[in-house]
This record gives sequence, C-alpha cells and structure tokens, in this order.
Amino acid sequence: MTLIELNMLMPEIILLSMASLILIIDAFLPDDLRDLTYQLSQGTLIGVGLVIFSTYPQQTELALHGMFVTDPMGATLKLFIVGIVFFTFLYSRSYLKERNFFKGEYFTLGLFATLGMLIMVSAHNMLVIYLGLELLSLSLYAMVAMHRDSQSATEAAMKYFVLGAIASGILLYGMSMLYGMTGTLDLNELSQSLSTLDEYHTALVFGLVFIVVGLAFKLGAVPFHMWVPDVYQGSPTSVTLFISSAPKLAAFAMVMRLLVDGMGHLHSDWQDMLILLSILSMAIGNIVAISQTNIKRMLAYSTISHVGFLLLGILTADKAGYAASMFYVVSYALMTLGGFGMILLLSRAGFEAENISDYKGLNERNSWFAFIMLILMLSMMGVPPMLGFWAKFSVVMQLINSGMLWLAIVAVLFAVIGAFYYLRIIWMMYFEKPEETAPIEDTMDMRVAVSANGLLVLGLGLMPHTLMTICLSAFSLV
Amino acid sequence: MQNIYLTIVFAPLVGAVIAGLFGVGRRVAHTVTIAGVGISFALSAYAFYKLVFAGGEVFNETLYTWAVAGNVKLEVGFLVDSLTALMMVVVTFVSWMVHFYTIGYMRDDPGYQRFFSYISLFTFSMLMLVMSNNFLQLFFGWEAVGLVSYLLIGFWFTRETAIYANLKAFLVNRVGDFGFLLGIAAILMFFDSLNYTEVFAQVDVHKDTTMQIISGYDWSVMTVICILLFIGAMGKSAQVPLHVWLPDSMEGPTPISALIHAATMVTAGIFMVARMSPLFELSEVALSFVLVIGAITALFMGFLGLVQNDIKRVVAYSTLSQLGYMTVALGASAYAAGIFHLMTHAFFKALLFLGAGSVIIAMHHEQDMRKMGGLWKYMPITYITALIGSLALIGFPGFAGFFSKDAIIEAVHHADRAGATFAYYAVLFGVFITALYSFRMFFLVFHGKERMDEHTRSHLHEPSAVVTWPLIMLAIPSVFIGGLTIEALLYGEYFQNAIFVTPEHNFFNPADYHGVWGFVVHALGQPPVWLAGAGFGTAYYLYMSNTELPGRIKDKLEWLHGILVDKYGFDRFNEWFFAGGSRGIGSFLWQQGDAKIIDGGLVNGSAKTVNWFSGVIRHMQTGLLYHYAFSMILGLALLLGIFVLW
Repeated sequence: MTLIELNMLMPEIILLSMASLILIIDAFLPDDLRDLTYQLSQGTLIGVGLVIFSTYPQQTELALHGMFVTDPMGATLKLFIVGIVFFTFLYSRSYLKERNFFKGEYFTLGLFATLGMLIMVSAHNMLVIYLGLELLSLSLYAMVAMHRDSQSATEAAMKYFVLGAIASGILLYGMSMLYGMTGTLDLNELSQSLSTLDEYHTALVFGLVFIVVGLAFKLGAVPFHMWVPDVYQGSPTSVTLFISSAPKLAAFAMVMRLLVDGMGHLHSDWQDMLILLSILSMAIGNIVAISQTNIKRMLAYSTISHVGFLLLGILTADKAGYAASMFYVVSYALMTLGGFGMILLLSRAGFEAENISDYKGLNERNSWFAFIMLILMLSMMGVPPMLGFWAKFSVVMQLINSGMLWLAIVAVLFAVIGAFYYLRIIWMMYFEKPEETAPIEDTMDMRVAVSANGLLVLGLGLMPHTLMTICLSAFSLV
Repeated sequence: MQNIYLTIVFAPLVGAVIAGLFGVGRRVAHTVTIAGVGISFALSAYAFYKLVFAGGEVFNETLYTWAVAGNVKLEVGFLVDSLTALMMVVVTFVSWMVHFYTIGYMRDDPGYQRFFSYISLFTFSMLMLVMSNNFLQLFFGWEAVGLVSYLLIGFWFTRETAIYANLKAFLVNRVGDFGFLLGIAAILMFFDSLNYTEVFAQVDVHKDTTMQIISGYDWSVMTVICILLFIGAMGKSAQVPLHVWLPDSMEGPTPISALIHAATMVTAGIFMVARMSPLFELSEVALSFVLVIGAITALFMGFLGLVQNDIKRVVAYSTLSQLGYMTVALGASAYAAGIFHLMTHAFFKALLFLGAGSVIIAMHHEQDMRKMGGLWKYMPITYITALIGSLALIGFPGFAGFFSKDAIIEAVHHADRAGATFAYYAVLFGVFITALYSFRMFFLVFHGKERMDEHTRSHLHEPSAVVTWPLIMLAIPSVFIGGLTIEALLYGEYFQNAIFVTPEHNFFNPADYHGVWGFVVHALGQPPVWLAGAGFGTAYYLYMSNTELPGRIKDKLEWLHGILVDKYGFDRFNEWFFAGGSRGIGSFLWQQGDAKIIDGGLVNGSAKTVNWFSGVIRHMQTGLLYHYAFSMILGLALLLGIFVLW
C-alpha cells in the first residue's frame, strides 16, 4: 500500500478520526457546551468536503488491492452527500434543542452514517459495499430509536431494524451466490467472469434477484417499501430528514457499483426487474400519497415515487441514462431536504407541523415561506422551470432515446396523478384559512438556510445546465 | 406612388387610432378622422386621375413579407388597377360624406368619439380589402370590415335588439366566411400561391382539373373554388339565404347603414367576384349558380320592401334587392355592369339612407312611416334629395341608376346560360317592384296626411348643414355619374386589364353603343322604363289617391301578407333549425358529453378511481411488522418467479 493510495482514502480517514474524536469529546462535555459537538461536526464535514474537492479524481483509480475506487461519479456524489449532511445538521439543531433532545449522539451517529455512505460510494468489492451499508444502516437504526420516550420512534426503529436485517440477509445471500459462482468479491473480476458464465445464466439471475431485492429495499422501491412510510412518520423529523436525503445518493452509488460496474453483463436481466420495480413504485407511491393526511407520510410515498423515476434512468443501461438518474437523485435530495427543512422550520416544541392541514393558510401567516414551499412543491411535481422538472425531463428524454416510449408515457401519467397531492398543499397554503395562527419562529440561520434551499431549487431550475454538466462529466460525457 | 398608396390606407387608420384610443374630445375626434379620410379621398382621386387619365402604370407590388412557410408567402401588397381605383374613390368619397353627416346625426350621443373611430377604422379595412394583391390580405380586409360592421351594428350595446342583430350578423357571416376560407384554401392547394397575379396566370392549367370531394364523383376544381368563394360573397353581400342579417343590421346608427350596409361593405362580395373574374369565367356552373341566387335575391327581397313600415328597413330591403341585381350581372358575365351598378348604387343608396336619417332626426328618432306624412314642406332639401335618390333607384331615364340597371337587364336578356331566362324575368319584374316600394315610401313620408303627433310636428325642421350638405353632395353623382361614365365603363377599355371576360360571354360591344342619348332613347321603348313607370303609377294610386285600397288588399290577401311579413320564414327557420339546433346539440354535448362522460366519467371518474384505489392500497400498509416482512418475501418470490423460473 503506497502513500498515494492512502491519499485517495483521505476523506474517509479524516471523517473516521474526527467522528471518533468527537465521540470522545462529546462524552466529557457538559450539556451547556453541546454546541461544540455541533460545531466540530460541521467543521469536520466542511473539511472532508474540501479534501474531496481538492483530490477530485480525473479518472477511475483503484486502491487497496481493488477494494476501493475513486472516480468522478463517486467524488461528485460524496461532495453532495457531505453537503447535504451539513444542511441536515443545520436544520436539525434548533429542532433538537427545542425538544430537549440536543444530544451528541445525533451528530456522531450522523458522522458515522456519513462515513458508511462514503464507503458505499467508493467500495469496489462486494464485502466493502456490505460493510459501508451496514455502517450506514446501524447508525440509522440507532438514530431512529434515539428518541427513547417516543413510542412511535421505538416502533419505527424496531420495524426498520428487523426489515433492514432481512434485506441485508437477502443482499448477502445474493452476494454469496455470486461468490459461489465466480469465486470473487471484486467487482472488476466479477464483471469479467460473468461474461464467461453464460451457460449458468439462470443461476446468475437467481443471485441477481437477491441483490436487486437488497438494493430495492435500501432505495425503498415497491414492494420493498413498507418500512419507508412508517419509519419516516415515526422518526423524529430531523432523523427523517437525514434518512430521506443523503442515503439515497449512497444507495444510487451502490446500485451503480453493483449492477453497472459489477454485473453490467446481466443488464438485460436487471433492466426488466428495474422496469417492474419502477412502475410499481411510481404507481403505489403516487396513488397512495393521495390519501395521506400526514405530510411526513405523504413525503414518504412521494419518495417512493421519486425512486421509481430514479430507476428509469438507470434501467436504460447507458451512460446518458445514468447521468440523468444522477441528476434526478441529486435534485431529489435537494428538494426533499427543503421539504423536510420546511417542516422543521414550522414546527416547534409541542407542534410538529406534520399534518397536511397544518399548512392551511400558510400564505397568510408568512408569505415568504409559503412561496418557498410553493417552489419546493412545484419542483417535486415537476413543473417548469423548477429543478424537479428538468430531473423528470432528462430521465424521460433518456427513456425515449432508448426506445422505451411506452414507459415514458407511463411515467408521465403517474407524474400527473402525483401532481394532485402536491397541488393540494399549495391549495391549502394559498386558499384556506389558517387553523394554526402562532407566528413562525426559528433561528436566523435556519430561515436563511431554508430560503437558500428553496431558491437553489428555483435557481438550478433556471440554469439546469450547471448541475447537468456536473452529472454528465461524472460519466465523462462532457 | 407607393407612398401615396400607403398614405391612402393608413391615414384613416391613424385617425381611428387617435379618435379611439387617446381619449380625445369630440371636436378633435371628428377633426382627425375627417382629415384622415379627406386625405385618403384626395389622394385616391389623384391616383385615379393618374391611372385613368394620365396613363399611369398599374401598381402591383408586395410591400411587406410577413412570413414564408415553404412555398406559401404571407404578404402585404397592393394591386391598384382601374377596378381598385374606382372602388377607392367611391369608398373614400362616401365615407367622407358620412363622416360629415355623422357630426349632425350623432351630436348628442355619448359614444361620439368611438363612432368616429369605428367608421375611420372601417375605411381603412375596406381600403385594405380593395387594394389587396393577394388572398390573405383580402381575407384580412374581409374580416376587418366584418368586425367593424359587428361593432357598429351593436353600437348601442345596451339595446337588446342591437346585440341580437350584431350577433346575428356575426354568425351569418361566419357561414359565408367559412366557404370563403375554404375557397382560399382550395386556391392555395391547387395553385400553390396566394398572389392574384400568380394565380390568374395559371388558371388555364387547372381549367379541366377535377377533384373528388365525395369519392366517386368528379368535381371541376374551378367550379368548387368559385362556388366556395361565392358563398363568402353571399354572406358579405347578403344574398339569399345568407341575407337575413342585413335587415337587422339597421339597428345600428343610420350613418353606418349608409356607409357599410348600403354603399361599401356589402358590395365587397360583388367586388371580389369581379376581381376573380378570370376564375369565374372558367366555370359555367358557378356562374349559373351566381345568376340564380342573384335573381332570387333581386326579386324576392324587393317584395319584402312592400310590407315594411320602418323607413330604414324599406331602404334595407331595397339594398338587398339591388345587391341581387349586381349579383345577376356577375352571373351573366357582365362584371363591368355589376361594378357600374355598384358605383351608382353606392351614391344613390347612401343618399337615400342619409335622407332617411335626416327624416329620423327631424322626427326625433321615430322610424315608423305610418307616423309620418307631408314632410315635404318642413324639410325641402331632404325632400328634393330623396326624390333624386328615389328616381335614381327606380331607374328614371337619365339618372344614374337608369344606366346601370338597364345595362344589367340588357346583359341578362342576352345571356344564354342556365337560369338566364328566369333571371331576366326576375330582374324585369323587379323594376316594377322597385318603383312601387320606393314611391310607397316616398309618398308615405313626404306626402299625404300629416300623421305625427302635435309635439313632433311643432319641432319639424330641416337638420343643420352638416346633414344637408352631404345629401346635396351625394345627390349630384346620383344624377350624373351614370351618364358620364357608362361609355368608359361598359363599352370602353376601362376595365380591360382588371376584369376578364371570355369573348363569347361579352355582351357589351362598342359597336352597339351610340352615345348617352342613343342609350336613353333606345331604353324608352323597352319594358324596364314602362315597368318603372307602372310601379310609380301604382304607388301613386295606392298611397295618394285611393289610400283605403292597400288596407283592403291586405285584408283580402292576408295569407300573402303574412308570408311577406314573416320574411318567407327564413328567420323563423334559422331561429328554430340552426340556432335551436346548435343550442340543442350544444346542450346535449354539454350535459351528456362534457358533464357526464368527460367530467363525470373521465375527469372525476379517474380521480375517483385513483382515490378509491389509494384508499384500498393504503390499508395494505397495516403497520404490522410481519405483514411487511411477508410483503418483502412475496416481492422476492415474485421477482424469482418472473425472472428465473419463467
């Protein structure tokens, strides 16, 4: 192992060291100095982000005997992950404080989860992928359960843990099958040996199905989505925010690594599976979201439907499609960050702002944040010129380019159905009388961050080429 | 010359814009519009002089290309030849007179500026129509005059009847325009151009082309095109059965009845057909169609004039009948005679309308002739000018209408075309009817017992000079214009380059013409003059000497009177069949199609289905952990089943 290889791991190494350090410091901090944990965590994230940025790779490079990979796609995703976690922490702080819940665990667990995500992104070996996934998942289970007194949070954590364990088992089972067939865990070698094993196609597909199921669970694709609404609703909103945003980027990376890098040879098989999952996700996600009364639950179903869209790009099995999917997942993360950020902003101790009716008359209470929410909802709906429009537009374009016009039509139809529940929130904000009249209070950094988040969704929508260029260059298409 | 033509067109538009959009006062409004139209008239007269007497060139140029799509060029351009120049002079002159007259007629109206703006806008539109060198601009002008007509019929928009009338005019004209537009489309389809010159240059190519509208039946392309175009003309020029809007259009103020619904706009159809003479000449069928429609209009609309009591409506039916005469001329290939009658009619009919308006002013906006009588001694100028107008209309020898109408009757008499015999007797008998209703009106209004109430009588007087002066100005050409121009227009080479007549259809042979007096003397021995005289005599007998008789005839022939008062039932039929039918279909489609199937079934239905579905699937989310785990296993089994075992 050379020093250069170590250099490639520098972001992860720093993050691991700092997370451990903060864990120790936090143990000795009196409660009134808890802000230090927060500041150190944010500082760490900024530092890691800078390191990733400064070591941005121009091509694919392997390290640690092929177990670890850095490439433009990975680095870009890592940058977004770190940035989104940063905003997540920022949004969560006042929420946690208001509820006497401002513990170091949230941030340290968050940092470890982030480490898990970075490892997932850079893993180039099935076991390392699994390692990163478990590090992420275990941290998330603990975060969901952190609110020990809350029955719903405990229940959610329990469900998440059990179902997650099953999914991990299924994923591992699939990996072991592939290992049994090919004798390797390395993705490159896997990829090479798969092309020589065409006579064992059925057995390979058998393993592939298990892997796809494991991935689908992580993404929350139907029918492996059952945990999503319960966990989103049951967790404290700050944790929901964490779960719903950055890990989707990591999951996207995992899909790319396993299916594209590792099993690209079987693409015609996983393509069909993803088509099925995608249609089911778009259908169930959009349709069930309509009858929700809880906005967190509604956003959970909305996430499921977005996952369906996200899969559309991947299943074209071509680079432009992957770039479109990446564009989609980044856009989705930004929008969902803003959406949950808005819930956090409106909530206070004793009022969670999680019922859809809590948004009635928001325009009368605070027209600026109603406007930000309007941008976010329109963007999720996919209305031009918001970012979400370009996200949907680019995946649908790629579908059409790949000759899957029928699927594009299906996708657009479900997007139309999905418009309903976003529009309902807009309608409530602007055309209903407020039920809740207390003024909206929150810290200045929170207000600025949520506003910036909303305006970013609008701004990137007005200049979609900026983000699109980043995504295309991640796949060396520019 | 280009700048002159542009000024002619745009001066009225500028006036209309200033008067209409800048909130100017009354004085400014009428000053700018009168100045605009005055400039237009002066320059038109100059252009006319240059073209006709100073040997100027025909102007035919495209001034602006709006858009190019493939071979189709959408352009704005002017074609000014002898036909256009004549129309320009007539339009701007009558319009100018009407502008002056309006100052008096609309004096107390709150919509004064709006009115001036509209009539100037009309002048602009009409000029665009007649000066166009392509079908697109023709259609623009066609629709623009229709729009202004709509606005002016409904000028008093708080009157229920005015709104009804303008809507009716609008809808009936849609029918005509639909045909017109199809005709233009057909021209574009076969000739691949919208430019007159280019289209006329290739008419021979499509002389024998046929098309199949209903498969199995070959139709001559020229016939289809010409009939479609003529349907447009039927709408605009109020030919049976699309005439129904014109009598109702009298709801508008009288000056526009004179300008738009008598002198100019309604003659646009006549002008258009004359302009398209190279096309119409190729279709015997279309010309017969034109001939028969015109003859029906000329005769049967005249009858209706006999039973009207509203002074303006009598003139309106007279207009319909005269438009029928012009159409008959077109159908007989005597386009020049049609245009000749168009011109003379423009003067004397505008005069009659403005005279009627003058009477209406004096009578405090009473239009019922049964409440008039003996007005001659109160308003001598109106009386004299109305007499001149009436004589011109009935074709009293030497007056303008005499020459044009006689020419038409002669041309029809000698035409050998299907329907020509019918047309000849229709227009011949029409002369008698014309004289009868004209002098019925004249005697009822100006002679006989004074039937108005005492209050009105005490206020009767000649209106101010702005009203009487245009009457005099119009009376002059009503007398002289026919005799002065007949030689050039009919027998000379005036229309040589503008109107095309196949030699065997041409009736007007210079060799047959022996001067104005020759024409008059020859006519004295012909039936039209005698029939006109008979009409006059009958009118005198019925309404001056034996005034009881009309009532008794009416009682005896109640059924006939009923038919005439009912206007042959066109209105009732349209009201029942077209209006009622459309409303019925509309309400059926609304209730059954839109409300039930689309709203109820598709829109709300799909929403309801989705909602119901949503509620059902929602219950699959039981909250029970083992259900969730089961669902995952099921999903796994499903994928395995589909992708491995299948």
